[in-house]
Amino acid sequence: MNEAFFSVENLCISFGGLMAVDHVSFSVSKGFIFSIIGPNGAGKTTIFNCISGLYKPSSGSIIFQGEDITGLKPHRIATKGIARTFQNIELFSRMTTMENLMLGRHIHMKTGVLSGATFFRRGSRAAKEEIRHREYVEKIIDLLDLQSARNQFVGSLPYGTQKLVELGRALALEPKLLLLDEPSAGMNSEEKQDLVFWIKDIQDELGVTILLIEHDMKMVMDISDRVLAINFGRPIIEGVPDVVQRHPDVLKAYLGEEETIGNAS
Amino acid sequence: MDMKRDYYEDIQLLDSKVLWFWFLMLVAALATFPFIAPTYYVYMANYMAINVIVTIGLNILVGYTGQISLGHAGFFAIGAYGTVMLMSLLHFPFLLALVAAALIAAFFGFILGLPALRLEGPYLAIATLGFGMAITQVIGRWELFGGRMGVEAPALSFFGIPVMTDLGRYFVTATIAFIMVLGARNLMKTRVGRAFIAIRDSDIAAETMGVNLVYYKTLAFAVSAFYTGIAGGLFAFLLGFISPSTFNFILSIYFLAFVIVGGLGSIFGSVMGGIVMTWLLLELDKIQELPLIGGMLISFSENFMTVAGLPNISSIIFGLIIVLLVIFEPLGLYGFWIRTKIYWKTWPF
Repeated sequence: MNEAFFSVENLCISFGGLMAVDHVSFSVSKGFIFSIIGPNGAGKTTIFNCISGLYKPSSGSIIFQGEDITGLKPHRIATKGIARTFQNIELFSRMTTMENLMLGRHIHMKTGVLSGATFFRRGSRAAKEEIRHREYVEKIIDLLDLQSARNQFVGSLPYGTQKLVELGRALALEPKLLLLDEPSAGMNSEEKQDLVFWIKDIQDELGVTILLIEHDMKMVMDISDRVLAINFGRPIIEGVPDVVQRHPDVLKAYLGEEETIGNAS
Repeated sequence: MDMKRDYYEDIQLLDSKVLWFWFLMLVAALATFPFIAPTYYVYMANYMAINVIVTIGLNILVGYTGQISLGHAGFFAIGAYGTVMLMSLLHFPFLLALVAAALIAAFFGFILGLPALRLEGPYLAIATLGFGMAITQVIGRWELFGGRMGVEAPALSFFGIPVMTDLGRYFVTATIAFIMVLGARNLMKTRVGRAFIAIRDSDIAAETMGVNLVYYKTLAFAVSAFYTGIAGGLFAFLLGFISPSTFNFILSIYFLAFVIVGGLGSIFGSVMGGIVMTWLLLELDKIQELPLIGGMLISFSENFMTVAGLPNISSIIFGLIIVLLVIFEPLGLYGFWIRTKIYWKTWPF
């Protein structure tokens, strides 16, 4: 059998008596955009937190490129090539955009305390490394059109731009798998359109596999290769967007019990 | 606006000829100052340089990494006693003893950093407070360290040149302080510094971006303690004599006050904080010499407060200044500096 690029098997996590995630399994092929949808509180972000190591799953396993990464520390998971963004922006607010993105290069850099404190020349190792990675980050700034925000403190940027900076920071890590937690929340329709293009670019040009949580159904249906719908921590259905969209249980989860439902979008 | 041509200019210290000019002027001024100024001011400058080092060290922890410490007098004591003991007992040369003592302080910093992984805010404050007090207790009960009586600093010589006067000490202390300021500034511009700041602003995001929290939090404590240890070692020679009571709990609070008054998360702010606060503390010691109000303040203190007299008044004024500063400029002296800069840039509008 062909081994999946990334897979989650029977993932469970409970907080007190509440099963926040209840036997969720799915697998993602390389280069795909895989979306997780569900009503608020369905456990989508909790799944992300398990994947990125912030929560320890009660049971189940998370396999990335054939390696079990369940329960590893977050920074170890980052070094495997998994980056993420957050639903409620988690930026380094008193750093500039450039510095935020440079932090994304952390795992690719080596400068320690001594070499960092003692660079005084252009040719020193720390300075060279710094310059090389700033060049890389500049490419991401170009890609996401962040030039105007480059040297501004991110705390003072508009919400939509902050979301982009967070995306850029995740990209700076050169992830193989990118977890996007509601990237379009708080964006206007124009910004959303741009975002769709960028996500497509990230998939096509950078070859990054993307795991997406998103409430904008139009966007989900447009860009996803596969969709998983969950409710109350339990999976409802997984499949191609069209099928998931029409599944009666999905409609029920979003719109309630009664019939006479036209279109979920 | 200034045009940047390559990325080195983003991180280099002096990116224009004008700045180079002022930098060289500063070096020249620092080098000639002790020959012109009266000895007392040279002594004061030494004191300032030492406090600048401590303030930067503590700022790396508090301002940059977002951890609190009320125990830095402990690291200061380790640096001071370590340097003196290594020199008098093991006959280390001064510089080696100083660095070795600071490394010992850094090691203790690392140890203290471990509980910091689980403690935050007030809890961490109490844990570090306990550490600071424990260190002076241990030193005070150890006969080898002179116990409560303290120890005398050995004769200081720097690369074979005996250093006996405040003038001589100035060149040692100021040079070391200068290097350490630049080092801290560089550190904060590169990978490690960014990791510290990232932990302060969002530790969750930092760890999902690959920053090892355990490593960097303890590293911040170690670097901070190293700076404080160096300052402590220099301090022993400034006083010529150290005893456990020098490194009391109030000293830790003063250090924290220097950091906050200077400006959290700013190296330049720490330099200003260390200098201004030291000046203030030393000047307040002479408060009775003030014309008119000096005598009044003393008689007020003697009539209405404890017999301690002078310290009553100087602490009150010192505290008052801190309170006012924090209320009117939360960014501290660094905030004043930024506002002045903006004012002159946009002048006359």
